[in-house]
Amino acid sequence: MNKQIIIDGEVVTYRPGQTLIQAARESGIYIPHLCYQPGYHAIGSCRVCMVKVNGRWASACTTLAAEGQVIDNRTLEVDAHRKQIVQMLFVEGNHYCPYCEKSGECDLQATAYELNMQEDHFQHLYPHRSLDTSHAEVWLDRDRCILCGLCVQASAEQDNKHLFTLGGRGTATQLLVNSSSGQLGETNISAADEAVAVCPVGALMKKQSIYSRRSGERTYDKTPISKLEFKA
Amino acid sequence: MIVSIANEYSVPVSEVRAIIDFYHFLSDKKNADYHFYFSNNIIDKMAHSDLLVLQLGERLNSIIQQDPSRVCLDETSCIGLADHAPAALVNGRPLPALNPQSIEEVAELVALGRPLDHWPAHLFQVRTRICRRSWLLNMSLPPGESLLSWQTKGSATILQELQASQLRGRGGAGFATALKWRSCEEQHSGEKYVICNADEGEPGTFKDRVMLSEHSDWLWEGMTLCAATVGASKGFLYLRAEYAYLLPQLETSLQVRRDTGWLGAALKERLGFEFDIQIVLGAGAYICGEESALLESLEGKRGIPRIRPPFPTISGYLRQPTVVNNVETFIHAAAIISKGSDSFLQLGTTQSKGTQLLSISGDCQRPGVYEYAFGETVEQILSDCGADEVQAVQIGGPSGQLLGPQSFHLTLGYEALGGSGSLMIFNHRRSLIEVVNNFTNFFAFESCGFCTPCRVGTALNQRMLTRLHLKQLRQHEIQLLEESVRLMQNSSHCGLGQSAGNSILNLLHDFPETVEQLLNTIGDDNEARLVQALQPAVQLRKS
Repeated sequence: MNKQIIIDGEVVTYRPGQTLIQAARESGIYIPHLCYQPGYHAIGSCRVCMVKVNGRWASACTTLAAEGQVIDNRTLEVDAHRKQIVQMLFVEGNHYCPYCEKSGECDLQATAYELNMQEDHFQHLYPHRSLDTSHAEVWLDRDRCILCGLCVQASAEQDNKHLFTLGGRGTATQLLVNSSSGQLGETNISAADEAVAVCPVGALMKKQSIYSRRSGERTYDKTPISKLEFKA
Repeated sequence: MIVSIANEYSVPVSEVRAIIDFYHFLSDKKNADYHFYFSNNIIDKMAHSDLLVLQLGERLNSIIQQDPSRVCLDETSCIGLADHAPAALVNGRPLPALNPQSIEEVAELVALGRPLDHWPAHLFQVRTRICRRSWLLNMSLPPGESLLSWQTKGSATILQELQASQLRGRGGAGFATALKWRSCEEQHSGEKYVICNADEGEPGTFKDRVMLSEHSDWLWEGMTLCAATVGASKGFLYLRAEYAYLLPQLETSLQVRRDTGWLGAALKERLGFEFDIQIVLGAGAYICGEESALLESLEGKRGIPRIRPPFPTISGYLRQPTVVNNVETFIHAAAIISKGSDSFLQLGTTQSKGTQLLSISGDCQRPGVYEYAFGETVEQILSDCGADEVQAVQIGGPSGQLLGPQSFHLTLGYEALGGSGSLMIFNHRRSLIEVVNNFTNFFAFESCGFCTPCRVGTALNQRMLTRLHLKQLRQHEIQLLEESVRLMQNSSHCGLGQSAGNSILNLLHDFPETVEQLLNTIGDDNEARLVQALQPAVQLRKS
């Protein structure tokens, strides 16, 4: 027997064991998210999928759907809250959308557009982060990394290579490469790895394939992120 | 070195690096011969720790220049000696109540290259100051008393008695102890664990240090009682690295328990179950006081709080059913079962039964540990410890609340002023922005970095508070500060981020005059001046 929750006034059915974001997705409802991707374990770190469940804040990717839940998702209040979290992600790193190779294909940028983000709002932290171009096929630009951990999971579980770890603490948290020098060049990463494909931003990029689509013809130029995940 | 550790334990190199980078006391370099960590809590700063660091630095400068591997001067978050401020650690040993004379002495010993074992004992002397005793500290608890009670009554009755006592966790969160134990007891699969959280990291607290020094046997009793009740055979004491100097005496007191038949294999004969306790040291991370982060740390990982549920009583250490309680909570449980809950229930308030240990520090005549029944007013406590001209108190540590005199009628208890029992006092000569700025720096340093709002929010708050302190922050930026704190309260993954901005909001809302004096108003009157300057033109146009 299917059970029901309500998201923004709409009745949504779920199966026991599903999280809010999984249930919503199956019903064609978009809950903004970055560190969660279907097919991956939810870790609940980016907090972009925060919703209000019966008036209390909760992350939709780690909260199980349960009978009686009434959920605010795309309300003014919740989206305003999310926008500020996305703004925090922007000021934390060094993001240069106008000339970023990932522009138009970037989930962070697309989510910012979806939430109508027009300014950074908070003071930029301007961190000093390192760029690793030591590998022939793939580069790692930590300036753009949002610490979602998707590449960590992908490399360990899908590529079977265990090439990445999140290390450090606080704002010094960073993506570490599993090699004695800490450089990508020493690893057996390949441009075809799922770890590269899953990166939602321009942190892990394939070399020699950049700017391959014109502005106006890029993925998110044509379809907003809220619609893209439901396109067949 | 990192590569050889990775090979030895068969883990990826990046994992080793990740852990070293996470814990403040770990490093990939060899420690200096004399590695000093000065406590940077506000209480130490108020006792001029900065000047003492400078003094020591000046005295040792030539040595450090010559050979940096000999001496390192570093700082760290509160080391649990706020009753002996200013304090530092040298190679893990405590240097309490430092002053210019003792710094001279220390500098001399370092210059001579004297090993720590040959330093005069008075330098390391931590005096226990228990200033007020009530229900718990007046008690005598012979070893085994609560265990014999368990033997006679059985687990079900013990759980009922604990529930009747309404004991709640003394670590800060205040969860009902009986519910925790019962939930673990009800699990029927897996090996169960009993873990004591002695990661007393909330700045300003030291009562667990005092209990570990004076009454460790009571703790072993409480943990063993818990193990008997829930059916666990293995226990851990997760001891913060800052208390590593207590290790020898704790190991000795554990051995006495084993030798007298109250722990280890001998228990089997006596009471029909086996249970032993192992002490594990932390490595410098406040977040590991959060119980699920503590479990991660105990498993040898970075201390990142887990997604809950499942709670530790169902899936804890190694995903097995686990009870995690604070030092004081285990001791209270043992005392309640030994002596019965009647006298305990007579003390306290409706929702907060019994007594609580307070760690009192800062501007007062008698800093130390005080035991109070819940329901006592802040005013009375301040009078008892000899605090005059009090401008504000921080209760519950930096994650608690900053109270001004208008709130001193409030009372101890989970209803209003719960938390870890830290009480820091600030008189009228102190600068509150310095206090709150210190707390904000603390959280930025200790945020684990897992979730966006806490990782970024603590860094943003730190920058804004520093600018407020320097009189650079403008009125409209106060709103940004509040937004950042609200975002952290609403969406952080764990309690650290949710509570990290409390004292900032207290400062903004309860001390508006202080904030007003700090705001940068230069140029605020520009608009008025512009209107005035344009007046002639306006007049001209009208005519």
